[in-house]
Amino acid sequence: MSPEPATVGEIQTIVAARRLRTAKVVFIGVGKPSTAAILAREIHHPELVLVYESGTIGAKPRRVPLSIGDGELAETADAVVSVPEMFAYWVQPGRIDVAFLGAAQIDRHANLNSTVIGDYDTPRTRLPGAGGAPEIASGCGEVVVIVPHDRRTLVERLDFVTTVGHGDGHDEHGTPRSDFDRQALGLRGRGPTAVITDLAVLEPDPVTRELVLTQLLPGATVEQAREATGWPLRIADAVEAIHPPTDHELTALRELVAR
Amino acid sequence: MARVLPLADAIAEVVRDGDVVALEGFTHLIPFAAGHEVLRQGRRDLELVRMTPDLLYDQMVGVGAAARLVFSYGGNPGVGSLHRFRDAVEHGWPRPLAIEEHSHAGMAARYAAGASDLPFGVLRGYAGTDLEARTNVSRIACPFTGESLAAVPALRPDVVIVHAQESDRRGNVQLWGIPGVQKEAVLAASRSLVTVERIVERLEPRPGGVVLPGWAIDVVAEAPGGSQPSYAAGITVRDNDGYREWDRIARDRSVFLAWMEEHVFAGPSPYRDLTGTPDAPIEVVR
Repeated sequence: MSPEPATVGEIQTIVAARRLRTAKVVFIGVGKPSTAAILAREIHHPELVLVYESGTIGAKPRRVPLSIGDGELAETADAVVSVPEMFAYWVQPGRIDVAFLGAAQIDRHANLNSTVIGDYDTPRTRLPGAGGAPEIASGCGEVVVIVPHDRRTLVERLDFVTTVGHGDGHDEHGTPRSDFDRQALGLRGRGPTAVITDLAVLEPDPVTRELVLTQLLPGATVEQAREATGWPLRIADAVEAIHPPTDHELTALRELVAR
Repeated sequence: MARVLPLADAIAEVVRDGDVVALEGFTHLIPFAAGHEVLRQGRRDLELVRMTPDLLYDQMVGVGAAARLVFSYGGNPGVGSLHRFRDAVEHGWPRPLAIEEHSHAGMAARYAAGASDLPFGVLRGYAGTDLEARTNVSRIACPFTGESLAAVPALRPDVVIVHAQESDRRGNVQLWGIPGVQKEAVLAASRSLVTVERIVERLEPRPGGVVLPGWAIDVVAEAPGGSQPSYAAGITVRDNDGYREWDRIARDRSVFLAWMEEHVFAGPSPYRDLTGTPDAPIEVVR
């Protein structure tokens, strides 16, 4: 018997898990990124090394942890290190291939805000703040961002730059538009390579670094994605339709979440 | 050699009004019992330092014990907002709260510099972020290569309090599981207190164990279950339902105050009642 149809959230998680076919080491926060990485280990990449900010390297959780510091992560890890060691010895030198990050706001060059909505001194909404994100995004090989696709999240202008993505982007010749640029700032990793929303996958244009819609999730349309984006969203010439979740992926995800 | 004192005496000895106080523990081993005792003793105008304020600082900020907060991630991990922290920053309730925020890497470097008695820590960080203009960070050039790096001032709290699994009677402490930033924080402090699940005759070496010699600590106090709803690996488990439930309690000012009155100000143990005597095995909660 086929499983019940996938929800949008399930599809988003499975699309994220599929991106982890070749990475050796992934850095993850809680929520969808964690679920996606655990799922990837279970269904197609058993050698994938999961690294959590709490200092657990090579954690092998069988359940989705509520927090990055759940006991199971430390009990199953290859190594458990202190926070200073995690950032100084593991994140900063670029030993981690891919990092999954979320954010409250993202702009067209994949810069991220997780600090504040409104003015910093008189905030409308005070968010948790940076956590590890700024240095994770500069130190890791690449960043995959997972966010809901709506105009509150995909905005023309961030209220606060917590984490640098592709800065102000490049012009059509590939020249940085300003000093707000990864290379000029000395950031070492490649920065965001994909933004996975609940409608689509956006990827930075190789020349301008502006996010371009390249893939649609099953059931989503270009019009929906345009409507839900706070800037005039660029669409790739050939938009790829993402293959719907297989029964195997969906069943594995549901088993994992139910544990 | 650390002195072993009852928790209330230990807090009375090390924490004073207006102190810069860091209660550390990265998700694991958060010293809730000690923080609650600080509140019961009515300490005020504290500058609270902690990478992840978590529920404990939501409680301390929510009752107005803090004038200032230094932190890097003010959320309820996996659940959402810290509502009391937000209310203080957004509405100044119950009193205005000054903030200084960093990234985790920055805070970790600040503690490591404090422990090393260096004036600042150095890292590749903050570049291009709006944090640079809002916090205490400066750029320096590497004297050897010229590379531009971030310098963050050393953290040297007046008081650091951490929780660990065990100490012996001479106050030598061992913790294991996720070690967070506890060692650096204790060594950066002017005065230090370690609360422990149990006091044992002799410390048995543990895989991944971090040992703090008693002569590097001022005071040790026994506090069984003292990190709940966080946990002490091998002894208690994280009370994830307690973290979820906090979202409801902290959303509403009067529900919060009533909860604090009942569970913190009226009694010594708001979470699980893990009673144990020195040297007796403590029930492992699974």
